[in-house]
Amino acid sequence: MEWKETISTAISALNARRMRSLLTMLGILIGIAAVMLTVGLGQGASASITSRINALGSNLIVVTPSQSTSSGGFRGGGGSVSTLTTADATMLADKTVAPDIAAVAPVSSTSGSLQSSSTTWTSTVVGTTPDWLTVRARTVSTGRFFTTDELDSSSNVAVIGSTTATELFSDGSPVGQTISINGSSFTVIGILNTQGTSGTSNEDDTVLVPLTSYAARLSTSSNANSISSIYLSGKDADSLSAAYQQVKTALLASHGVTSDNADFSVSTQASLVETATSITGILTVLLGGIAGISLLVGGIGVMNIMLVSVSERVREIGLRKALGATPGVIRQQFLVEAGILGTLGGLLGIAIGVTGALILTPIIGISVAISIPATLLALVVSLGIGLVAGVYPASRAAKLAPIDALRSE
Amino acid sequence: MSTMLHMTDVRKTYATGVVQVEALRGVDLDVAEGDYLAIMGPSGSGKSTLMHIIGCLDVPTSGTYLLDGTDVSQMSEKQLAEVRNRKIGFVFQQFNLLPSLTALRNVELPLVYAGVPVAERRERAMAALDKVGLAERVQHRPGELSGGQQQRVSVARALVTDPALLLADEPTGNLDSHSTAEILELFAELNEAGRTIVIITHELEVAEHAKRRAFIRDGLLNATDAVLGGVH
Repeated sequence: MEWKETISTAISALNARRMRSLLTMLGILIGIAAVMLTVGLGQGASASITSRINALGSNLIVVTPSQSTSSGGFRGGGGSVSTLTTADATMLADKTVAPDIAAVAPVSSTSGSLQSSSTTWTSTVVGTTPDWLTVRARTVSTGRFFTTDELDSSSNVAVIGSTTATELFSDGSPVGQTISINGSSFTVIGILNTQGTSGTSNEDDTVLVPLTSYAARLSTSSNANSISSIYLSGKDADSLSAAYQQVKTALLASHGVTSDNADFSVSTQASLVETATSITGILTVLLGGIAGISLLVGGIGVMNIMLVSVSERVREIGLRKALGATPGVIRQQFLVEAGILGTLGGLLGIAIGVTGALILTPIIGISVAISIPATLLALVVSLGIGLVAGVYPASRAAKLAPIDALRSE
Repeated sequence: MSTMLHMTDVRKTYATGVVQVEALRGVDLDVAEGDYLAIMGPSGSGKSTLMHIIGCLDVPTSGTYLLDGTDVSQMSEKQLAEVRNRKIGFVFQQFNLLPSLTALRNVELPLVYAGVPVAERRERAMAALDKVGLAERVQHRPGELSGGQQQRVSVARALVTDPALLLADEPTGNLDSHSTAEILELFAELNEAGRTIVIITHELEVAEHAKRRAFIRDGLLNATDAVLGGVH
């Protein structure tokens, strides 16, 4: 029996029980769409996080304070006292200590209540050095950044993000205006370029002031020299791992600790990306696995309906056998029916998955990645599920004795 | 005339649980080419079992069965399917047409399994339907045809492969007297044209149209006309 004949026979058999065929396909449809969306969402989230981490700057190294794991003695009492100080930053800026480091930006931050002549706004206030621009790969769109002189003289100058600028000064240029930060007056000298959000923080809603001014007027910490993190940029991508080692070695030596009880942690952009993608990867596998279970249930639905179909069509099978259909031909006919159920369900599932991705992307702000290979894979998987689900019912049909089949009413 | 169907000491035993039922207890049967035989018998006589074996729907437990010179008594499922396809045309009491297919597609079905190309298949099915007088009804589905017409479609289906044997199992059992007469007339014409026919029936009026009659009782075949009076 030719393929064309087998397929048209299968389609007319499915068409004769249209409602049931559609409901059976629904199981595969939901499974395929769910797998496509969850995996696509995971990949989209991963890509989005990676691009945001990369946007933090190029060849970035971040030093953050951390709890040491072995020396428990002085924990808890200090509250949020950081183990990093401006002295660490100064040391790392020394070319003899860390030759592969191009720029060092110590950072200290707090939440600040801002006030302009017309309105108030709450934002993140960051104390840092002029190197911050280089390290974070940012530029100033209007005005200028503060200088080393202003840093040294603890000037009351501030550079604000574009969102902050819009919120505080709805009309007119903010540059040259005076704002009050937690009660201290600062003059706005520049506005940062627009960057977008990073993780949970909006990079465009921030106020940058010289670290010295921050320490003198804004710091809430008991130690004025304490800083919350140090951003460094390596000279180039090739020497980044060398730079990473230099930073780590220098800090271990100056803090008098070993890497087992280090009170800080050093991450490179690559390691941040790796951590983030491994987390989204695990989530994707988890969610995709749950969606995969629904696909499995859909497959069981196909098997179930094929079994029902075989027992309903015992007479037809008997007649076809009497007219010369071999067991192989009967098996093939039912396998093709199950395969078509799976494939059509898969095609509809892909359509729903792609539509869902297009609808969800603007709503959740993360692009849901749907790739051509993944789509083809989904199609092959749905065909495979149909065929596997059809094997048992088809062999039941093939094994029916023609006399029993003809006798049945 | 050559022998179309030759059975020697055919036995069929069914095991239902612990009880062995001997449905056929040594049947000898010869049907020559061009013969028209009616096999009669009450229910439970082994009539259906004999029909299944003649039709290659089942194999005997022992004994030999030559159909058109080929021993089919030891064949596999697959081989039997091929023999049924090429050598036997079935006509059933219930017509057994597929309701979703047109008359033409129903008649084409055996040719589909024989692997005949589409164009030739269509042509032969049309010719077979023309032979049974249904050339005008080829696109009708079984539900749109009368019982007599449906049975004529199934006769066309039985003839389309040009089989060695036309095997009819109570072909008039579901028909009114008018349709019965039509079908029996059709069988007579086919036999006159040289077709070998075996008809299984319990109706004497039907059996009387055949050239020969055989009577089965308790799994044994008696091939004389003398016992016909005891059928009812």
